[in-house]
Amino acid sequence: MRPILLSGHERALTQVKYNSDGDIIFSVSKDHVICAWFSANGERLGTYHGHQGALWTVDVDSRTTLLASGGADNTLRLWEVKSGKLLKTWDFPTAIKRVEFSPDGTQLLAVMEKRSGHLGAIHVFDVNPDPEGEQTNEQSLRIVCDESKATVAGFSYLAKYIIAGHEDGSVTKYDAKSGEILHNIQVHEDDMQITDLQWAPDRTYFITSSKDKTAKLVSTNELEVLKSYTTDTPLNSAAITPVKDYVILGGGQAAMDVTTTSARQGKFEARFYHKIFMEEIGRVRGHFGPLNYVAVHPKGTGYCSGGEDGYVRVHHFDKPYFDFMYEVEREQAQASL
Amino acid sequence: MAPSYDNLPIDDDFDESEIDFSDLQEQYEVRLEEGLDAFVVLDGLPRVPEDSKAKLQKYVIRKLTEAAKPREDGFFMPTNDEGMTEGFAFVEFGSPAEAAAAVKKCHGVPLDKRHNMAVNKLTDIERYGGGGRIEDEYTPPTIQPFEQKEHLRSWLGDVDGRDQMVMYRGDKVGVFWNEKEDAPENVVDREHWTDFFVQWSPLGTYLTSLHGQGVQLWGGKSWHRQKRFAHPGVNLVDYSPNEKYLVTWSHRPLQVDENHPVPTLSLEEDGKNYIIWDIATGKPLRSFVTLDVPSSQMDDAGQPIKKKMQWPTFKWSSDDKYVARMTQGQSISVYETPRMNLLEKTSIKIEGVMDFEWAPALPRRDGVKTYEQLFCYWTPELGSNPAKVGLMSVPSKEVVRTRNLFNVSDAKLHWQSEAAYVCVKVDRHSKSKKSLATNLEIFRVREKGVPVEVVEAIKETVINFAWEPKGNRFVLITTGEIPAAGVAVPPKTSVSFFAPERTKSGIPGNFHHVRTVDKKNSNAIFWSPKGRFVVVATLQSQQSFDLDFWDLSFEKSKEEKDKDSDKDLMCSLQLMNTGDHYGVTDVEWDPTGRYVATVASAFRHGMENGYHIYDFKGTLLREEPVERFKQFLWRPRPATLLSKEEQSEIRRNLRNYSRIFDEQDLAKKNTANRAVVEARRRQLEEWLAWRERAIEEVREDEEDMGIDHSEEEKKEQEEERKGEEIEEVVEEIIDETEEVA
Repeated sequence: MRPILLSGHERALTQVKYNSDGDIIFSVSKDHVICAWFSANGERLGTYHGHQGALWTVDVDSRTTLLASGGADNTLRLWEVKSGKLLKTWDFPTAIKRVEFSPDGTQLLAVMEKRSGHLGAIHVFDVNPDPEGEQTNEQSLRIVCDESKATVAGFSYLAKYIIAGHEDGSVTKYDAKSGEILHNIQVHEDDMQITDLQWAPDRTYFITSSKDKTAKLVSTNELEVLKSYTTDTPLNSAAITPVKDYVILGGGQAAMDVTTTSARQGKFEARFYHKIFMEEIGRVRGHFGPLNYVAVHPKGTGYCSGGEDGYVRVHHFDKPYFDFMYEVEREQAQASL
Repeated sequence: MAPSYDNLPIDDDFDESEIDFSDLQEQYEVRLEEGLDAFVVLDGLPRVPEDSKAKLQKYVIRKLTEAAKPREDGFFMPTNDEGMTEGFAFVEFGSPAEAAAAVKKCHGVPLDKRHNMAVNKLTDIERYGGGGRIEDEYTPPTIQPFEQKEHLRSWLGDVDGRDQMVMYRGDKVGVFWNEKEDAPENVVDREHWTDFFVQWSPLGTYLTSLHGQGVQLWGGKSWHRQKRFAHPGVNLVDYSPNEKYLVTWSHRPLQVDENHPVPTLSLEEDGKNYIIWDIATGKPLRSFVTLDVPSSQMDDAGQPIKKKMQWPTFKWSSDDKYVARMTQGQSISVYETPRMNLLEKTSIKIEGVMDFEWAPALPRRDGVKTYEQLFCYWTPELGSNPAKVGLMSVPSKEVVRTRNLFNVSDAKLHWQSEAAYVCVKVDRHSKSKKSLATNLEIFRVREKGVPVEVVEAIKETVINFAWEPKGNRFVLITTGEIPAAGVAVPPKTSVSFFAPERTKSGIPGNFHHVRTVDKKNSNAIFWSPKGRFVVVATLQSQQSFDLDFWDLSFEKSKEEKDKDSDKDLMCSLQLMNTGDHYGVTDVEWDPTGRYVATVASAFRHGMENGYHIYDFKGTLLREEPVERFKQFLWRPRPATLLSKEEQSEIRRNLRNYSRIFDEQDLAKKNTANRAVVEARRRQLEEWLAWRERAIEEVREDEEDMGIDHSEEEKKEQEEERKGEEIEEVVEEIIDETEEVA
């Protein structure tokens, strides 16, 4: 599994995303630029310029026509993927930490940072899927997080709920129409920030990663913790692989502590766990800083990771990855033939 | 609603005067200054007629004045109707402190052969004797009926012969069974079981926990507290080899007086640092103060540098019969247990004595039939007298062997575990005092006249030395330069193996060098408690964490044997395996010599704390990172009860035994594997069932919203048929020219 190294960014990566076909990777970093790459060979397709501050987040809609990004310049921007044209800029009082399109691409949510005088909030906008069309100025919904600020959020299947992960380690389920809190549970340890929330392909469950060194698989409807993956390092990101029942976890010693610890101490590896049996099955080394984000190819053929070291590493899985099976899985596979 | 101050239930018709708190009142009664603290009561005085009264009074006052002078007219000795004194007197001192001093010093002092003076505070007489607290009728104390206690060695009866270990991690202390590669089986796990650290007694009977108030011993099947020794501020604990006695030490002198009562301790212990306890009774035997080690060196500010205290300070003979302490440069005090009296009432004067060590087993010297214990000591050069190493026999206090040494800068004493040899590692400086070399002077204690063999020509400094337990080989580590403290990269070291020559008579011959492995970083030697195997490790280094597993009696094939150059040595050296444990701080052999645990302890650093377990061959069986892992200690085992013959019988039939054990291991593994597979199967089934439910729920929701997927699905299928096209631009370099400006 020889990785392709994407070295187009000058500063730490913050998020990487595959489009729904998996042929393009979008990456954002603290260097203010969004990059688009071909996932097959790592060639850079283009860049999106305009942001005036570090970028925290990026997302692409399901048809790969629109791209949303948010960052420390307190703006949420909408771009046309094809041309790189800036379609819309929404201004906020504080930074945007996370954006996500709804599954059908008609809605966009943005998680706004909490800062002096401003509570953290989740803003939802209706998006015109036509890049030539007019985009609305006004949000359709605003959910204020007065208890603990949201750090990550996303739409469930059919955009029925909005699920948010909080700074205090809890997960909240909101009604995506009314913004009403339906359910809140403490998934991770108290006051251990949830750093990532990624969906399973059909969005009936999701995985959260946390500074408490664990990742949890949670069901969308009951908000029940289905599985728990324990590691020995704070986690920044977690992803669920399609095709094979694995999860990929990424993290490492916090960036600010890295200089005081040896490289060995940093644990800058992507860890593969079996999704159902919760056992570690492998690690991928390579980054020399903590992994800030891991993303999986939607067809399950590869993954990429963005590191604090400024690189994106794109991996295509080899045959052994697909061949690996636990005994009971093999039994199951044979039985269902 | 949780109870809080605001919503306390109100009980209006409650009469406070009805509460009976006489028990509390009694417990917490404050003793007021009664103004009588300066008075003492003398008792046990002779009864004398009126005319001798003045004489007695004068005599008693003189006795008391040794502690504190009574007040003028402060002496009152009542007489009865016949003019005889009653045998008691009242004395007033100038202050309560003086009275206390008199009580402390004069209580129990003999006046003559028949009379011992009892001195008590007047207030104490009131407190303990007054108000009907002493019943007139004597009632014999009730003796508690005998209670069967738990067997303290029950762990030795484990069917699988497993060993136990204690692990201290975070705030939790737990005892576990070793399960090799599997997670250790928990026996007991308690939070805050100790305040500082834990320690096993030398035979494994007790687990020791240290607290601010003292030391507690735990044991038995249910891990109840077995004994408690109150020693406020205790820092260190040491056992006698047979677990009869315990030494506790605190850097702070004990404070025991009326205002600071400590259970089981008396005024005798006030101001002391060491207490020697009898474990069976839980009572202190004797207490001592710390002796400051005289120091010749001065630090930058001109203050004498405090030398590191030697621990254990009180060293025990192998049979617990004697305990000795050295006054550096002057003498060694040997005490006899259990009375704790100085042997023949005097310390043994040894001018300049620097260090001493008891023989770790009963020495069996050639031609000596009577009971003796030996200790070895050394003295440095004093004026024109050479440095000396001596062996002294106890109780005769006879020096049975001495040896003169020259140009000695330091010496270390190393006994072999059966007291067959003692090796004195002598660091010698050249005349210019610039370079150092090391001599090994090996005393063959069991041979006639205790011959000394010198292993010379070690040009480098020996930083570590260790005898093979129950054997006659040793390993040492040398370095070219003396490692300075705080240097980031310690100098390279060499590891050397030594073994005696094979002789026809079977008696081990002279010691010879077997092999040296150089360019190492190793600094620590850990022999298997059964001998033969040794782990040479690099501890507390920043860069290197090597573990080398050596076998010194490797069975070589015939051809190799013939080629072997050291075939006339009692050694066949083989490096079995090497390991690497990041941040390793401690290496612990289990008492059977089957397993080795290596620990990265949070006491030393915070990086990757946890432990590894290897087998004796160096195969890694298990590694477990544990946050704030502090201690891993195998539970020691007492000596085997099998005779030599029985042991060799077992060794001869080992093949038969090992077959049975292998079968047992296999069976155990199979059941364990089956259980794992079963658990996985269940997990998989549960997961698939949950997925079906979840997909169904989504379908229902979609139907509710009126979404139909049939068309999309068709489209998707079509797309899939088309497949993915990847366009790749391949750049081919046809020609490349480089222009040089």
